[in-house]
Amino acid sequence: MKFVLWLADIDRRILFLLIAVAVVVPILAPIGMPVTVTPQSKSIYDEVEALPPGSNVIVSFDYDPATEPEVHPMALSFLRHCFEKQHKVIIMALWPQGAQMAVRALAEVGGDFDLEYGRDYVNLGYKPGGDIVIKSMGSSIWEVFPRDMAGRSTASLPLMAKVQSLNDVALVMDLSAGDPGIPAWVRVGNALYHRKIAGGSTAVSAPQFFPYLQTGQLIGLLGGLKGAAEYETLIKYPGAATRRMDSQSVAHLVIIIFIIFANVSYFISRRHKEGAGAGRAAGPPGTP
Amino acid sequence: MRREIPMIVAFVAGVIIILEFFVPALRDVAAGIQNWYLVVVAFAILVGAFNLLRMNYMKIRHRRADWPYSIILIIGLFGMGLTGLIGGIDADTTFDWLFNYFMFPMSSTMFALLAFFVASAAYRAFRARTVDATLLLAAAFIVMLGQVPLGSFWVPSWWPFFLSPAWLKDRIMEIGNTAGQRAILIGASLGVVSTSLRILLGIERSYLGEE
Amino acid sequence: MRSAFLGVVSILALVAAATGQTLRAAEGLNASDTPIDAGGSIDVTWQPSPSEAAGKTPVLGYEVWRAERVTGEYKKVGSVDPGKPSYAFTDNAAENGVTYFYKIRVRNEKMSTDTAPLGPAKASAQWFHPERLNMLIASIALSAFVLYYISQARAGREFFIRRIAGLEAVQEAVGRATEMGKPVLFVPGIADVDDIQTIASLTILGRVATMVAEYDADLLVPCSRSLVMSTAQEVVKEAYLEAGRPDAYQRENIRYLTDDQFGFVAGVDGIMIRDKPAANFYLGTFYAESLILAETGHSIGAIQIAGTAMPSQLPFFIAACDYTLIGEELFAASAYLSREPRLLGSLLGQDWGKVIILVFIILGVFTAFLDQFGVEIFGRSINLAQLFDVR
Repeated sequence: MKFVLWLADIDRRILFLLIAVAVVVPILAPIGMPVTVTPQSKSIYDEVEALPPGSNVIVSFDYDPATEPEVHPMALSFLRHCFEKQHKVIIMALWPQGAQMAVRALAEVGGDFDLEYGRDYVNLGYKPGGDIVIKSMGSSIWEVFPRDMAGRSTASLPLMAKVQSLNDVALVMDLSAGDPGIPAWVRVGNALYHRKIAGGSTAVSAPQFFPYLQTGQLIGLLGGLKGAAEYETLIKYPGAATRRMDSQSVAHLVIIIFIIFANVSYFISRRHKEGAGAGRAAGPPGTP
Repeated sequence: MRREIPMIVAFVAGVIIILEFFVPALRDVAAGIQNWYLVVVAFAILVGAFNLLRMNYMKIRHRRADWPYSIILIIGLFGMGLTGLIGGIDADTTFDWLFNYFMFPMSSTMFALLAFFVASAAYRAFRARTVDATLLLAAAFIVMLGQVPLGSFWVPSWWPFFLSPAWLKDRIMEIGNTAGQRAILIGASLGVVSTSLRILLGIERSYLGEE
Repeated sequence: MRSAFLGVVSILALVAAATGQTLRAAEGLNASDTPIDAGGSIDVTWQPSPSEAAGKTPVLGYEVWRAERVTGEYKKVGSVDPGKPSYAFTDNAAENGVTYFYKIRVRNEKMSTDTAPLGPAKASAQWFHPERLNMLIASIALSAFVLYYISQARAGREFFIRRIAGLEAVQEAVGRATEMGKPVLFVPGIADVDDIQTIASLTILGRVATMVAEYDADLLVPCSRSLVMSTAQEVVKEAYLEAGRPDAYQRENIRYLTDDQFGFVAGVDGIMIRDKPAANFYLGTFYAESLILAETGHSIGAIQIAGTAMPSQLPFFIAACDYTLIGEELFAASAYLSREPRLLGSLLGQDWGKVIILVFIILGVFTAFLDQFGVEIFGRSINLAQLFDVR
């Protein structure tokens, strides 16, 4: 009984330790569970496959180092896929640190392809303003980004010579960890300029974008680490996300076990207290 | 005029941008306002940086609580700014090194705390006290299992598909979750329209620093 | 002589046809003002040259030529690569009100052939987007509701707002902090002062500050934006004045920490662990830091009241806090507590907007269902969903 009562009110540092073990061990000793692909991830893959080679694709880096583990693997896989299909990639960022994340991504992926800056891809850097940046890009990308991240004139870059506005772009992939992000691209890029928008977001934000998926305002959505792992599976290039999925699986299982223990100990201790005539309150009001 | 000028600017700019949605002929005027907005936002970042500097300087000067951290903040602000301006921000620059070895680990660490806090919050809160709590608990179980490969790993081939965690998770997300999110989205959007209208018409003036 | 010349031309044409040396002009040329735009643009469309389909000599491309008179000097304004089933080109260099004539030149390696000129075409700006009439009506209707009810509230009309559980706990929370001799912590979110949730939060801050002043407790308000800090200082100062305790107001308790999300939450966690507030309020816009705040607050034993309209953070607050104002309850709470006409009127106007949306959702689902069975009205699809397309 003492053990049950102790379990009901366990020191949370023990929980933290168990979570740490659950995350670290599968990284050191991978299990290799296969990743199943969801339709919302497959639709992005199919769209990139269906685009004629040389299509213009915008990749908007709207995340920061905090959300790197979830969103960065998506960026790597998507860039890899675009470069394999010889699409022309236009990189930009609506978050200040997004531009640096793009530099990192290009450094990790670019070496595997024979790419020439200005011909195969450009990095336009960060621009503050969220919705208004996208709206202005609908008229002229050159005016919004007169220079690329390194200070070169945008109009002088061979790739950008044929990309005057959003209307010249076949697909936008927004890798987003908050605001501005996917809602801004859907509100402006899709609603006003009818561009195809694909999204990649953290797992915690993904549920709120499901309405956009249903209406077709988003053509697809990569949600969290699982979404990143799915895209790696689709392009047949398992990377960081696939490796980390084992940890996520075990961590989820450990949390489920915690919850089961918590409920068992809760019911036993409640029955014990009721039996002892203490009549415990059912918890603070307002909590389910 | 300290209050009136911002209110007039807000009204004129707001009305033109809204009208442009319905009146194509106003496109160039709206584009001009948008360009001004982009310029002003860039300067606002600069103003924010000066403000940050001023506040932390005052903290150091008056020895307010935690003033030594303000010294570190100012060193960081100038350090990153100068290295970026002098050496550039491309790959393999000093700025990039500082970003990768300072910003990156610090931000990631704070975000990683969530993994632990989610476990302790779930342990404490997901108890079947009431019918609602039990439903919440069941949904959490299904989504947690369905979201990871483990949820499909153990499912044998003869298992009915409508009892598999992945299938159930998809239904919860596509039906229950989407309905709720859509309702919240509609409500929040109406709130944004209403507040924007109040700001445009000068009924709402809290953004000017008054209640 | 003339007949001999015609004879030679005919023979040459026959020889050219036999050897595939003719290049026929593009067909179906059309030029018209680009619809629903700000002017300065003419759409030119045409069908491929039959020679392109025949494929005997590859076509290199099409050029668009323009003049201001049918017999005037033509200038090239653009070119299009071949290989499409039909062609379109937008001339963005047209001046409004000026008459233009267009012709299309098709080229191969050896020759080029022009279409007959077509025109006149004039660019003009349109003053109304007819496909957005639905949005205009909806915007006007919603605005009318909001403004009407604001004016009604200003005229003194009483509006009912249902009781919100979290609000009743505010007094209990502040009382608890006073009894324990510990401060009250109020975090107004991490968005700036123009965010509607921050506005609602600062309104509630005013009421909480009045209560804290009356109870003679301490109020800590860490802010993530300097403008929010300035506004919060004014709000709290006013509240203390209203409570008759201007001497108790401490400006340094309302501090700006940092704009950085996780830097801010690290700072607030530090305040919680050092100052150990007994009551924590998290009201406003929050992102991933919500759970970190709530869990740290729980670890120090504080009673916690949260309120946000961020769908992704609500589950964390509900799981970790004692009371949560969900979505619009936050806005309702600020209207409820302040009784300000602008907030009350807006709330009611929004509610009527929701009623209308609800009615259309029900009608839409019903008509979409009937549409499945081919039910029509006046020969057109009954599905109401088309009414709400935004183009």
